[in-house]
Amino acid sequence: MSENDPLKDTVKLTPAEEKARRKRSIAVALTLIGLVALFYVVTIAKMGA
Amino acid sequence: MFETTALPAPPQISMAEPRDYFALLKPRVMQLVVLTAICGMAIAPGAINPFLAVISILAIAVGAGASGALNMWYDADIDQNMARTRTRPIPSGRIKPDAAFSFGIILSILSVMVLGLASNWFAAAFLAFTIFFYVVVYSMGLKRTTPQNIVIGGAAGAFPPMIGWAAVTGDVSIEGFILFAIIFLWTPPHFWALALFKMKEYGNVGVPMLPNVSGEKTTRRQIFAYSLALVSVAILPAVMGFAGPVYGVVSVVLGAIFLKQAYAVLKMQDGDETMIPAKKLFGFSILYLFGLFVTLLVETAVMGVIGVLA
Repeated sequence: MSENDPLKDTVKLTPAEEKARRKRSIAVALTLIGLVALFYVVTIAKMGA
Repeated sequence: MFETTALPAPPQISMAEPRDYFALLKPRVMQLVVLTAICGMAIAPGAINPFLAVISILAIAVGAGASGALNMWYDADIDQNMARTRTRPIPSGRIKPDAAFSFGIILSILSVMVLGLASNWFAAAFLAFTIFFYVVVYSMGLKRTTPQNIVIGGAAGAFPPMIGWAAVTGDVSIEGFILFAIIFLWTPPHFWALALFKMKEYGNVGVPMLPNVSGEKTTRRQIFAYSLALVSVAILPAVMGFAGPVYGVVSVVLGAIFLKQAYAVLKMQDGDETMIPAKKLFGFSILYLFGLFVTLLVETAVMGVIGVLA
């Protein structure tokens, strides 16, 4: 790691913390995709009615 | 002289995983909410787009889960002192209280909004009221102040079939109210059976459950009285004609077993440490409620299919 590394003073996550963060990120992404699909279905169903 | 300055505390990195957030939603309670809400929807007159029906049920389930998360946020202090609740995400340190609070609030808003868009705003307002009732009236108001906590608070858990009905029709009715009454009357014997054999734990954390305040004998009598009322009301769907004969038979048979178990609790001796009748009643009460609502749902669905084919 060089002296000029902008991340040298930031928190270093342990592998376990990184793994937990990655799982949370994936869950948030899937939830957002699910919400997009949900609102799409509601819109189409309401327009059909 | 050297001046020493304390280093700032390192930021606390969350180790929470998605399953911890899922646990905040009280998934086992959600199962009951989903089942009873579907029943309310199934017996309601009129039709609802099947996609909108599924989304409405999802919204009701998430709304119930959100109120569970807010309940865990508020009760974290007592949860950490009870063996049954010590491993929950907040007392075990996996999720910070602030994160649970935000999670619960966001899901509450989202679930109400989605239910309003997918079905109607009356059902959405009903869901919002249910969340408010469970979190503010029960968790913050009643739970730590009165031994009637779970009697009145039980209404929150009993509303889902009425919300399911409202999602289809936009109003409430006597049929939905009967399903509400079944869950409402089921709650006291279910929780007081638990409170009897967890009495010491509830006492240690200062929650005034009926056995701690009024004694075991009064609790056993109250359990039996509520069981009589429950079993009588549980037959009404068949008597009133919105459930079929199979439901009628199942409600009578399961009701008889429920009363037998409640009677065994009534006859328990003071100071009975093992509390086996109370444990049996607690376990059977869950089976009883699931049995009633599954029968109602399956029979309604089968009759619906036969009606379409005929």
